[in-house]
Order: sequence, then C-alpha cells, then structure tokens
Amino acid sequence: MMEPAMEPAMDKGIHIEGLSKRYGAGDTAVDALKEVNMSVAPGEVIGLVGPSGSGKTTLLKCLGAVIEPTRGRMTLGGEVIYEQGWKIPDLRALRRDRIGFVFQAPYLIPFLDVTDNVALLPMLAGRSNSESRARALELLQTLDVAHRARAQISELSGGEQQRVSIARALANRPPVILADEPTAPLDSERALTVMRILNQMARQYQTAIIVVTHDEKIIPTFKRIYHIRDGRTVEEAGEGREIS
Amino acid sequence: MINLAGRDILHSWGKFVLTGMGLGLLIGVTLTMAGVYRGMVDDAKVLLTNSGADLWVVQKDTQGPYAESSSIKDDVYRQILGLAGVARAANVTYLTMQVRHGDKDERTMVVGFEPDQPGEPGYLVAGRRLVRGHYEAIADVKTGFRLGERIRIRRHDYEVVGLTSRMVSSGGDPMVFIPLKDAQEAQFLKDNDAIIGDRARTAANPSLNRPGVPGLLDAINASQSSNRNVNAVLVRVEAGTAPDAVAKEIRRWKHLEAYTGTQMEDILIAKLIATAAKQIGMFLAILVIVSAAIVAFIIYTMTLGKIREIAVLKLIGTHNRTISAMILQQAVGLGLIGFAVGKIAATLWAPAFPKFVLLEPADAISGFVIVMVVCALASTLAIHAALKVDPAEAIGG
Ligand SMILES: Nc1ncnc2c1ncn2[C@@H]1O[C@H](COP(=O)(O)OP(=O)(O)O)[C@@H](O)[C@H]1O
Ligand SMILES: [Mg+2]
Repeated sequence: MMEPAMEPAMDKGIHIEGLSKRYGAGDTAVDALKEVNMSVAPGEVIGLVGPSGSGKTTLLKCLGAVIEPTRGRMTLGGEVIYEQGWKIPDLRALRRDRIGFVFQAPYLIPFLDVTDNVALLPMLAGRSNSESRARALELLQTLDVAHRARAQISELSGGEQQRVSIARALANRPPVILADEPTAPLDSERALTVMRILNQMARQYQTAIIVVTHDEKIIPTFKRIYHIRDGRTVEEAGEGREIS
Repeated sequence: MINLAGRDILHSWGKFVLTGMGLGLLIGVTLTMAGVYRGMVDDAKVLLTNSGADLWVVQKDTQGPYAESSSIKDDVYRQILGLAGVARAANVTYLTMQVRHGDKDERTMVVGFEPDQPGEPGYLVAGRRLVRGHYEAIADVKTGFRLGERIRIRRHDYEVVGLTSRMVSSGGDPMVFIPLKDAQEAQFLKDNDAIIGDRARTAANPSLNRPGVPGLLDAINASQSSNRNVNAVLVRVEAGTAPDAVAKEIRRWKHLEAYTGTQMEDILIAKLIATAAKQIGMFLAILVIVSAAIVAFIIYTMTLGKIREIAVLKLIGTHNRTISAMILQQAVGLGLIGFAVGKIAATLWAPAFPKFVLLEPADAISGFVIVMVVCALASTLAIHAALKVDPAEAIGG
C-alpha cells in the first residue's frame, strides 16, 4: 500500500471542488455533474442521496478513477488526484491501494473462497500470500464472518456476502470507501447492520466513506447528507441516529 | 499471488473436464488420422523389406508390380540371372482377391513365390515353410486363418501350414503365400465353360486343326490353357554390387523396367498413397480448424460468463496481463486435458482399426505443440473481449 504524501490532517479524506462531468458533445451532451463541491473527513460516513439520473453514479465513477471528469479538482487522502487531468500516473494502483469499492450486489469472485476474495487485494498490491491472508482473516473477524473464512461464495447468505465485500473494500486500508447502494437488496435489519459496520470501520480505520443511496431505512443514520439533483449538490445535516 | 486460472478451473472442474474430454476425443481422432497415414507408409516399407529384394524387375513403362499391373514372361529371370552382379532372381505374382474364410470373404493379396528365393516370407510366427510344390499356403495372421485350415482360392483348396505377421499389401490387405505355379494358374485360370468354349473354337478353326498334323490341336490347347506370365522378378544383387548399376543394365538390355528399393519406396509412398495422404491431410487440416474453433468458442463463452468478475478485477486493480494470463492458462489447460484424453483414446482404439495405425511419438509431440499453439491462438478472441471490459461496468449505472 502506497502511503500518500503527508499533508495537514484536515486535508485528508475526500475533497471535491467545482467538479463537472459532461458526457458526449454538441447537441447530445449531458452535463451529469455541475460544479459539485463535497468534503468527507477521515472516519466520516456521509450519504449521497438523489433521484435516479441525478449524477450519483457519475460522481462515484469520477472519484473511483474509472471515468475522467471534465473540470474541477479532487483530493484523496491529502493528495490531489485530479486537477485539469489526472495527477496520478497509475490509476489502477490508485484504485487498488487507496479506494475501496462496495457495490449494490457484492460482486465477489465466485471461484475464490471467502478469505482469498479479501486477500486478493493485498496480493495484487504485492504482499505475500500469508500476510495477505492473515490480514483478510483479521478483517473477517472484525466483520463477524471469520467462521465462513474457507467457505465458497455461493454458500454465503446475502448479508454475509455484503460483509465479505466490505472486508474486501477495506483490505488495503484505503483512506476512502465508495459504496453504491450497498443496502438495496437487504431487509431493514440487515441494511442497518451494514451501516453499523461501515460506521464502525470508518472510525476504526479512519476511512472516509461515501454511501450512495435512496434507501429510506438508512438515511436517518447519516450525520451529513449531500443531496444531488440535476448534477448539483446541496449539503444538509442528517439525523445521525445511532444504530443499535 | 494466487493463480486465478487454476482456481477458476478447480471451481468449475466438472464443466472444464467435460469440455476437455470432448476436445480430447477430437484430438484423439486427429492423432489417429496421422497414425493411419503413418501406418500406410509403414505398411509400404514393410512390404518392400519383407520381399527381400534389392531390385524389382517389371514390365517396361509400368510402375509395377504394386502400383500398376505388370506382366512379364516367366523365363525372363534366367536372362537376368546371367547379368553380372546378380546373385538371385525369382519370379513372383501378386493378385488381390477375395478368399473364402468360413462364410466370410476376406480381401487378401495372394503372393506366388518360389521357395528359398526372394519373395518368400521371412519370419513365420507359427507353422513351417512350404515344402510340397502344391496346395499349401502361408497366411498372415490378420487374414484370420489358423494353422491347418483350408483356404479356397479359385478352384483349389490350400492348407495353411505357416503364419506370418505384418505381411500386408500396400493397400493394407493381409497376404497369403502360395507356390508360384499355383498362383500363376489361379491368376490366369479360366473357368471350365470358357475352356470348353475355347477348345471348341480352336477345333473348329481349320488352320489350327489340320487333319494331316496329328497332335497339333492338343499342343495348341495346352498352350492356351497354361499361363507363362508373372508380375515381377525380384532380384538380389551380389554383395558389393550397387543395385543402381544392375538396374541400369537391365533397363538398357532387357527392355524391362527395374526399380531399386529407394525408387520402389518413392513409387509406393509418393505416388500410390499420395492421394490417400492428401485426403488425410485435408482431414487433419479440418480437424485442426474445428478444434481451434471449439477451443476459441469455449474459452470465449467462459470469458463472457465472467465479464462482471473481470470488470471487478480490473476495478480493484488487477493488471491486464494478469487477466490475459488467466484466460490463456485456461485455454492451455483445456488443451492439456484434451491432449491427454486424445492421446489415451487414440492409443486405446488404434488396435481396433482394421488397417495398421502407427502412433509415432514424434507425431504426438508435434500434435502437442500444435494443440498448445492452437489453444493459445484461440484464446486471443476471449482475451480481446476481456481487455475491452470497462472497469466502470463494475460500478454499474
Ligand atoms: N456513459 C454515459 N453517457 C452518456 N450519458 C450518461 C452516461 N452515464 C450516465 N449518463 C447520464 O448522466 C446523468 C447522470 O447519470 P448517473 O450518474 O448514472 O445517475 P444516477 O446514478 O444518480 O442515477 C443521467 O442523465 C444519465 O443519463
Ligand atoms: Mg446509479
């Protein structure tokens, strides 16, 4: 795992300034993001809420370095990653080492067992198999799925799979986790469990977490929420309800 | 780092092994086709070696006696014996015919030879050589005849007194050896009705049936019903003599064609089985293309089934080369299973073929290399598809 260049702690986490994204060009161009500003501190979990087509996924894709913004500035863990072009030569390594992804469906690799699904990330980052597996086991323990460590993915319940995918997102201790509708397929109890875990992980590993959602069940758990509509964001305070 | 290809194969090994076996049977067929060709070449070589000759003397302007029919008089060998450097010269006849065995017809090549001369079968696996001048036979084990059984050839029965193995014609038909005189008779024998008809015609011809010349009609009839032809003379040259030189002499003075062993091999392999070889070559080419298409299709389908996983792998930072290697290794793995199954299948079913199938290790090695190359090439389609996958697809819409 690459350690980002040290900067004042207040600059860590995620900072987005004036971020715009235009798809296509000419008459058919779509301005999916218009001058978006957003900050997420290390250890903080924020909600990104908006109707369908408002630009939520586009924002995650820009932050996840899989599509290129049109304008603006993005800072991750204290390092500028985008400002009029990518500032990082190896986006693949950026995604591997500094961003964790959690999806609506767990998207685990079916031909790897639970441990190796998590251990794959440290391995890809060049760590030894034994060290990677040790780290995976530790995370699985934290997430209460260590008893399934050698299970096949197909043997897991939906909730267990989502925990494993959170463990995978955390495996390289990234400063940032991007979660796209992580609770959509889960019932209310499991959805809240996932949110509790994300909050716990954010605190424990000082990770900045963005959760894209329109899940009414979990919206009250955020302390801060960004509403997005037609590519523009508005920040507001959330209820920040404790999850039992 | 874990081996992704290996894990995927282990995870869906049933599907993988089944596909590998299907491919393997195809590879088995391919190896067998090559073996059929090798077997034909080997049959031809064995035929030449077993005839124990240095030179084949045949009718002028023919490529006899195996590739074309050749007919020469049976006293020619005496003139050849007179040539410098010739140690032995003996008449032989070859006749491909059906012989009855029980209630089945066996296609065989009936060889007429003279005892103790070139053309006599060398090594017997059972029984003895021919001692009586008539109505004894030595048969190849592949004819199915056993010692003491009787072979019916035309109007006569022959007792099997000896057995050979691997004595086949260039067409792969097992041989039956009988005394030369019997063979000459069998080859040119007319049926009784034809003989009676011929005799009646001769007797009715006033210039052949002259009242004043007693015995003339009998002599003509005798000469008409006997056969003085053979198909070839097999020549053994004296030690230290070049067969080429003797062949040249025979061609120049005797109005006959003479072939050395190398020339005969060329005729048999390059000419006689050339069409068959091309036929097999076509088959091989088609089988290779079909196998390639199958591997490409299977690997492509398997990869398409993993598009989402590949997108996730790319998103979390897997290198393109790791993903390409995964697909390539699976293709090669499929090829390895296929080759193993194919080799085993070919080895198991080769003896069941009616003609000799010779599985040469060298062919297996080239087959292995071709399978590996074909699998690697076939995987490029799937690799191309996998590399086109956008990691953004993992995040979805
Ligand atoms: N690849 C694309 N090409 C063109 N337009 C796109 C593309 N992806 C998304 N859009 C458009 O951008 C807008 C925002 O989309 P998206 O970020 O997917 O919204 P959300 O995730 O909030 O539903 C929509 O109008 C959508 O049609
Ligand atoms: Mg979306």
